[in-house]
Amino acid sequence: MPGTYNPADVLQALPEVFLASVALIVLVLSFAAPARRGWMETLSIGGVVGTGVLLVWAAVPLFQPGGSPVSVFSGSYLVDKFAIFFKVVFLIATLLVILMSIDYLPLVGVPVGEFYAILLFSTVGMMFIASGGNLLTLYIGLETMSISIYILCGFLKRDQKSNEAALKYLLMGAFSSGVILYGISLLYGLTGALGFEEIAATLATIDLSNPALLLAMVMLTAGFGFKIAIVPFHMYLPDVYEGAPTAVTAFLAVASEAAGVAALLRVFLGAMPHIQVDWTVLFWILAALTMTIGNVVAMAQRNIKRMLAYSSIAHIGYVLIGFVAGAKLGISAVLFYVLVYAFMTAGAFAMVILLQTETVKGDLIEDFAGLGQVKPIAAAAMVIFLLSLTGIPPTAGFVGKFYLFSAAISAGYVWLTLIAVINTAISLFYYMRVAMVMYMGEAPEGLALSSSRPLHAAVAFAVLGTLGIGIFPQWFLKIAQASVFGLLP
Amino acid sequence: MIPVSYYLVLGAVLFGIGMFGVLTRRNAIAILMAVELMLNAVNVNFIAFSRYLPNSTLDGQVFAIFVIAVAAAEAAVGLAIVLGLYRNFHTVNVDEINLMKW
Repeated sequence: MPGTYNPADVLQALPEVFLASVALIVLVLSFAAPARRGWMETLSIGGVVGTGVLLVWAAVPLFQPGGSPVSVFSGSYLVDKFAIFFKVVFLIATLLVILMSIDYLPLVGVPVGEFYAILLFSTVGMMFIASGGNLLTLYIGLETMSISIYILCGFLKRDQKSNEAALKYLLMGAFSSGVILYGISLLYGLTGALGFEEIAATLATIDLSNPALLLAMVMLTAGFGFKIAIVPFHMYLPDVYEGAPTAVTAFLAVASEAAGVAALLRVFLGAMPHIQVDWTVLFWILAALTMTIGNVVAMAQRNIKRMLAYSSIAHIGYVLIGFVAGAKLGISAVLFYVLVYAFMTAGAFAMVILLQTETVKGDLIEDFAGLGQVKPIAAAAMVIFLLSLTGIPPTAGFVGKFYLFSAAISAGYVWLTLIAVINTAISLFYYMRVAMVMYMGEAPEGLALSSSRPLHAAVAFAVLGTLGIGIFPQWFLKIAQASVFGLLP
Repeated sequence: MIPVSYYLVLGAVLFGIGMFGVLTRRNAIAILMAVELMLNAVNVNFIAFSRYLPNSTLDGQVFAIFVIAVAAAEAAVGLAIVLGLYRNFHTVNVDEINLMKW
């Protein structure tokens, strides 16, 4: 409780401390020994894996029967299963992105060391979001993540599209932070507290029809809506995805969206469960809009990065279904889907990078033409990701959608589920168009793929994840269900 | 003693001006300045609440300090991005920076 500080508390945050230290070492290396690219790559991968080991070590007592969440630094930092689950997702995403970047960065001419350092800083920010026990920690984590990503988006200094992407993301991000902050300040004024538990406890006692509370809720919804690109706050996202370096786009699509979902769950379920009735209605509408607009506009895209951007908007819509359905069933489906989404989307972006060589930019759908005849294994991997994104068995995407929809049905949201099913049918059209181009299209002369081994490893890992979770979902679902407990009252 | 509502009105007006600036200004630097106004409006709110809440804590003031620090970091990165952009586009007008359709 306030005022008590125990130096041993720092040990609870050891994974973050470790990863931040590794990032600093990489940063120093990048100017002390710029030629040692291999060191920085190895160190970054080692840092991510090491953090994963520390996390699992911290998680063992939590997942045993009777293990209870730990709260340190006067309740501002939580170590619960929910936090661990999301941190593992972030680390998987970061690892995949680093593997994708190793040979991609020299290809596009990016200074290497800083890239990894900033990527790792961003991951540290995400980990703080997942562990945030009050609004201050959550906000700092959110900004650490976002500011790092602004830089990453503009990493191709001489590329106009990359400049434009960075500017758009910066302006939208800064604006949305302002909106979130105003909501936080109102919430603080109403309750006199910043901790999620304290806010929830105070909201239980005060008059909930206060218009300021409604305004705070709307502000927070709009702010987080910008961060995770809920329609109608999604306008900037396709441009940012198209302009940013592809490895960064993958990071944005997977890790940053997952972090946004974690923040959304912490704030709305942790601090405002007493006005759930109000925000459920709001998110019902937003979910339906997000799915529909994302999928319909995706059909018209020629650029695969833009198509995947709209597809990721649509997937956030699906995730919101579980959020609306609520309860243990709905939220565990959200967690499960975030994990599934990480593998399949990272895999799809890795395929885009695989296609990029000195001569071909590889970000148009036509660039995939003839891949099925010339490079059958690569094409098969892409088909697996596309099937999973659509939600067809035996892939993970099917299981994820199945849990989301069944949670919505059992919570009584039949209409929302119906809209989602129609949307899935629409999405089949544009995902399968890519597959059709791959198998029916004519391959251009000398179609070549990147020979990068780490990139191949990333694709293989993503395939393994997508199929593994699809075929053995039970184990992963159990973890997702267990991870919800730390959050729900 | 000045009632708390004065501060809240000041904060709301400042926030409104900032939001209006973000939505209407076309100069990237001016948009960043408008965002700073929004953040400072939030700071006014936090400080006022921190002073006037019945069981007053310092949480609000601490939050304001963090907001100031983050705003500085954001401005540094933001200006660097605008500078890099200016080298390639020779303009900071956001209407002209439109290679990709919105």
